[in-house]
Amino acid sequence: MNSRLISILRKEFIQIARDKRTLVMILVIPIMQLFLLGYSATSDVRNVPLAVFDQCRCAESRSLLEAYRAADYFKLAYMVGSENEIRVLIEKGDARGGIIIPPDYNTALAEGKAEVAFILDGSDASTGTTALAAATLIGQSQTTQLMVQRLERSGMNASNFQPPLQVLTRVWYNPDLVSSHFMIPGVIGMILYAITSILTATSVVRERERGTIEQLIVTPIRPWELVVGKILPYAILAFINTLEVLAISHWWFGMPVRGDLSLILACSGLLVLSGLGIGLFASTIANTQQEAMLTVWMTLLPSIFLSGFFFPLEAMPKFLQWVSYIIPLRYYLVIIRALLIKGVGAGAIWGEILPLAVFGVAIMAAASVRFRKRLD
Amino acid sequence: MTASIVADHLRKTFGTTLAVNDLNLNIAAGEIYGLVGSDGAGKTTSMRLLVGALKADSGDAWIGGFSVNRQTEQVRAQIGYLSQRFPFYEDLSVLENIRFFAEVRGLSRQEWLPRCMEILKFVDLEAFKDRRAGQLSGGMKQKLGLASALVTRPKVLLLDEPTTGVDPVTRQDFWQLLIRLVTTPSVGEAGEGKGEGIAVILSTPYMDEAARCQRVGFMRLGRMIAEGTPSQLRASLEGCILEVRGRSLPAMRQVAVKIKGVEDVRAFGDKLHLRVARGQAEPVLAALARAFPVSSGDGVEARLVPPTLEDVFISLSESKD
Repeated sequence: MNSRLISILRKEFIQIARDKRTLVMILVIPIMQLFLLGYSATSDVRNVPLAVFDQCRCAESRSLLEAYRAADYFKLAYMVGSENEIRVLIEKGDARGGIIIPPDYNTALAEGKAEVAFILDGSDASTGTTALAAATLIGQSQTTQLMVQRLERSGMNASNFQPPLQVLTRVWYNPDLVSSHFMIPGVIGMILYAITSILTATSVVRERERGTIEQLIVTPIRPWELVVGKILPYAILAFINTLEVLAISHWWFGMPVRGDLSLILACSGLLVLSGLGIGLFASTIANTQQEAMLTVWMTLLPSIFLSGFFFPLEAMPKFLQWVSYIIPLRYYLVIIRALLIKGVGAGAIWGEILPLAVFGVAIMAAASVRFRKRLD
Repeated sequence: MTASIVADHLRKTFGTTLAVNDLNLNIAAGEIYGLVGSDGAGKTTSMRLLVGALKADSGDAWIGGFSVNRQTEQVRAQIGYLSQRFPFYEDLSVLENIRFFAEVRGLSRQEWLPRCMEILKFVDLEAFKDRRAGQLSGGMKQKLGLASALVTRPKVLLLDEPTTGVDPVTRQDFWQLLIRLVTTPSVGEAGEGKGEGIAVILSTPYMDEAARCQRVGFMRLGRMIAEGTPSQLRASLEGCILEVRGRSLPAMRQVAVKIKGVEDVRAFGDKLHLRVARGQAEPVLAALARAFPVSSGDGVEARLVPPTLEDVFISLSESKD
C-alpha cells in the first residue's frame, strides 16, 4: 500500500486514540441513543390515566369499567364526584381522559339505549389517536357481549350467534407491533450517518483551524491520499458502531436480524459512504469546526424528519416527498427495516440500494472535486 | 551558479485587495534572504505563492529550476517550509510530528529515524523527542519547526516569520542554527557534498534579524520597494540621520519637527533620531544649535550617525511612491 497513505492513517489513529474523550463518546453515544430511543420513542399506548365519574354505581357500570381496567391501555386512576373534577384533572395533566357514566345507566341499558361519555385529551395527537381507537374497541366488544347476554335471556341459543362479518387480522413480521422494532433500524441509520458526517467534517476542518493544513499542502501528499487517510479511520469506527448497535439491538431489544449479515453490512457501507461524503463536502465549505458542525446539522435535521424515521413518508405533502428522494437515510431505512425485520434478499430492495449507492458516489465525487490542496 | 529561488512578476489579489504586486526575486544557493515589511505588506502571501499554497493570478516562480505553476510537486520535493502559525499536531510527540512530515515527504522507514535524531540533535531538541508538541515552550516549537523543515535535507528553505514571539535568547540560538545550516554541508545540504549550501528566504518583522541576512527586500503594499545588501540599503540614507541628545526630549522634539529639511523625528530611548532630506544635515545642525544655544546651559549635542536598517525601513514605509 501507498506509504504516504499509511503515514496519514497512522497519524490519524494515534490522534483518535489519544483523544480519549472523543473516542469514548463515539463508542458510547450510539448505545445511549439506542437505549433512549428504543425505550422512549414509542407510540405504544399504555396505562393512560383516566378519571371516572360513575353516577350509577351499579353492577352494570362496574362491569363496563372492569372491561376498561382489564385492557392494558388504560388505568382508572381517579374516581371523582363531578364532571368538573374530570376537567380539572385533565387540565392539570394528571388524567389524560375521563369516563362519565349517567345515573340511569342500568335502566337505560335494559331499555337498550344507554350512553356513556368517553373524554380524551387530544393535545397529544399521536397517543390520542391510539387511545381513542382502543376506547371505541373496548366499548364495542362490551356492546357485543351485552347483546349476546340479552339474546340468551330472550331464549335464543346464543352459541349459534355469529356476527355476519369478521375481519381476520394477521400482522406479518412484527406480530406484536413492537414500536422499538420500527425505531431501532432508524436509530442504526441515524447513528451511522451522524457520526461519519460530523467526525469527517470536524477532523478535516481541524487541520485548517490549527494551521496544519498549510504544512500538509506543501508536502507531496496527493489530495486523494489526504481524503482517504482522513475518512478511512472514521469509516472503520462507523463499522464498529454498526456491529455494536446491531448486537445490542438483537440481544437486548430482541430485534430480529433475519436478513443476510453481509448484505446488511454492505448496505450500511453505502450509507457510511454518503455520510463521509457529506462530511467531506461540509469541510470544504466551513472554516471552523463550529461551522462544520452546523453545516452537517443542516443536513441532519431534514434527514431525520424526511427519511421516514419517525413519520411515514406517504402521509407527507407531495413536495416533502420529493425532497426526501435526495436524502440517503430515506433509502437506508427502507433497506435496513426490510433486511432486519422481513429478512428479504437484495432482489427485493434494489430500488433503494441503487439510489443510495448513486448518492454516495455522487456526493463523494463532488466533495473530492471541491477538496483542493490549496489555501484559496 | 543557478538561482535557487526565482519569482517572475508574481501577482495575487484577494477580492479587491492587491496582496502581491509584481514580485520579482532572484535568490542564489547559499544565500539568506530576508523579506521585511510591516503587517499586511504581502510577506506571507509571497511565501505561500512561492510554495504553491496559493495560486498566483499571474506570473510564476521557479524553485530549484522547477515551475511552481506547472511542476508543483517537484517544487515541493525540494523545499522545507515553515508557515507562520505553529503548524504541528499538538497531540503528537516531537518525534511523531517529524516522522509524519518526513514520511509524507518521501523519506523511507529506514531513513527517517537516523535523520530525525540527527536533526533533533542539531536543533538541541533530543531530550524532548517524546514530549507532546503542544507542551513545548515557544522557542522549542520554533526549533521543532526548523527540524521538521530540515529533515528531508531541502535545497530551499522558506521560513515565514520563524522568530516572531520568541525571546531574544532563543532568537539568537535560532540564528546560530540557521548560519550553521548554510555553512555546514552535512546537515543542510541536499547534493552529494558539492558544498553549494542551501538557499534560505525568511520573512521577519525584526530589523536586527534583517541585518543578519545577506540580502534584504522591503515590501510595502504588496510591492517590493527596495532590495539590496544591508550595507547598500543603509547607504541610501547615508548622511541623513542625526542623533540628538539633550536635557528634554519633548522640547527638542517640538523644535525639531519645525526645522526645514527634517522629514522624521523619532525617540530612540534617551535620544532623538532625525531623518533629514539629502544634503540638509548641515543646515539642520545649525538650526538646532541656534534653537538650543550652549550659552543658555540648555544646549544639545547633535551629530551625524550611520543609518540603521530600522531607519531605512521607516523611511521606506513612509515614502509616498
